[in-house]
Amino acid sequence: MHSIPGRRLIMALFLIFLLLPIYWLVNMSFKTNAEIVSTMTLWPHTPTLQHYRRIFTDESWYSGYINSLEYVVINTVISIAVALPAAYAFSRYRFLGDKHLFFWLLSNRMAPAAVYALPFFNLYSAIGLFDTPWAVALAHCIFNVPLAVWILEGFVSGVPREIDETAFLDGYSFPRFFIKILVPLIASGIGVAAFFCFMFSWVELLLARTLTSVQAKPIAAIMTRTVSAAGMDWGLLAAAGVLTIIPGALVIWFVRNYIARGFALGRV
Amino acid sequence: MDKTINQKAWFLVLPVFLVVAFSAVLPLMTVVNYSMQDTFGNNQFFWNGVGWFKELLDPSTDLGGRFLASLGRNLFFSAVILAIEVPLGIIVALSMPREGWSVAACLVILALPLLIPWNVVGTIWQIFGRPDIGLLGYVLNHLGFNYNYVSNEVDAWVTVIVMDVWHWTSLVALLCYAGLKSIPDAYYQAAQIDGASRWAVFKAIQLPKMNRVLLIAVLLRFMDSFMIYTEPFVVTGGGPGNSTTFVSIELVKIALGQFDLGKAAALSLVYNLIILIVCWVFYTVMTNAGTERKAVAQGEPAAEPKAAAAPRPAGVLKPKEGVA
Repeated sequence: MHSIPGRRLIMALFLIFLLLPIYWLVNMSFKTNAEIVSTMTLWPHTPTLQHYRRIFTDESWYSGYINSLEYVVINTVISIAVALPAAYAFSRYRFLGDKHLFFWLLSNRMAPAAVYALPFFNLYSAIGLFDTPWAVALAHCIFNVPLAVWILEGFVSGVPREIDETAFLDGYSFPRFFIKILVPLIASGIGVAAFFCFMFSWVELLLARTLTSVQAKPIAAIMTRTVSAAGMDWGLLAAAGVLTIIPGALVIWFVRNYIARGFALGRV
Repeated sequence: MDKTINQKAWFLVLPVFLVVAFSAVLPLMTVVNYSMQDTFGNNQFFWNGVGWFKELLDPSTDLGGRFLASLGRNLFFSAVILAIEVPLGIIVALSMPREGWSVAACLVILALPLLIPWNVVGTIWQIFGRPDIGLLGYVLNHLGFNYNYVSNEVDAWVTVIVMDVWHWTSLVALLCYAGLKSIPDAYYQAAQIDGASRWAVFKAIQLPKMNRVLLIAVLLRFMDSFMIYTEPFVVTGGGPGNSTTFVSIELVKIALGQFDLGKAAALSLVYNLIILIVCWVFYTVMTNAGTERKAVAQGEPAAEPKAAAAPRPAGVLKPKEGVA
């Protein structure tokens, strides 16, 4: 009754469709370049780890992963920290201009990164943050903070008001109530919001590339540049690509039980 | 509804306000400022009033021609994307296994494409579609199709669309799955007792219950497909010719390639405005449709079967109208 006829077949076909291109990338990352260019093989006939070895031993490669993770983590922490109190306010209180403010926040989620690339470049150069992870982290706040507020607002609204009132009657101060009672209650929501901030910050390239040049260059930018400079080193490109998928896969595994609810932004 | 009025709540919102104001309002003001001026390098700016905006909306000029052409391509792209991904996402959500370890496995695999950096998504499809080293290109060419996304416009379009379907259908599917999960079993039991057909269950129970998440899905998919930059840029570079040059690609060409700040800024503002307006229209239309249905469902007593699609309490589900 819940699902449709032939669902196993549909699901299987769709999963194969999703996995096939990823498999091809993994497959290529274990091949030598000679094998990639000369023959069409469905699995590596002479498997090699040379591409991975190169990435893990060459600092210009592995520093890219560190840089990327650095700004993603900073961004996630900032986004959640500022979004939590705001989510509570939007969920519990009415105040002057609340609806306009909420829509204005969301409208920033609709702003194309391409629009902001150049002004961000000017802004962060002017205040001396250019080419640091902070610049990218703050820039990514423009779409992650509204999203975090939106998700967390849904989860806070799921907590009955009586809990707040009881806590205040028991003499809890507001900060203490917030940290001791509210945060544990919406822990799964915070996890989901953090997951989303991580995700959107990790996958974004345009702003990250524009706001960095040498020191804080993200792995995504290193991939594009090295490839065009060194001709086409397909194996290395594939290996770098596979390594960018891994952090995401790990994060999904941790939140897999909340993922469905999280994708509905806590609103079902 | 039961929210209390409390102006002090502003203090809780203040951090968000400051952070977003810093990273949104300041840059936006810069854009507005640039859009009224012309620059010839050396940081010299000249007042140009609304000149750029006039040029932008006039297809006979170079800027206007490029903008309107890329806008048309982008609108067509978003329409195709929505038409494929929304129904496909619903079908996939309905095909999800019910329980057991396979649920978690499916969820993880579904979410996987969403967490791949966008340029890597481009790279994956760039490799996958190449006739010499990619599985897809190789197989298609051996089956007799002359598939080459680098030189053929239609192939380039098909590649970009299939890539986007691959990348984002999971988002729609996961959202719809979340909506489906929230339907209490009692609804299905009631439908079974009434002998409702599969289609009636979908139309009278599942679709109305997915209304909210579908709104989110349509909004997110529209916004993101309209802002698409990285994936087509990596795969086709906007080509062959200009056939897959979307608005963002055109904008980055003008802003960071030619450093034509005035033109780029004017384009940015119009572009941003279009997204806002379309989102607002979607939002209003879809929420109105939802409230109207609710109003019908609440206004009519249970015995009055009028709107077939109206969500109604499980006990009074009339499956037969749903079939018609």
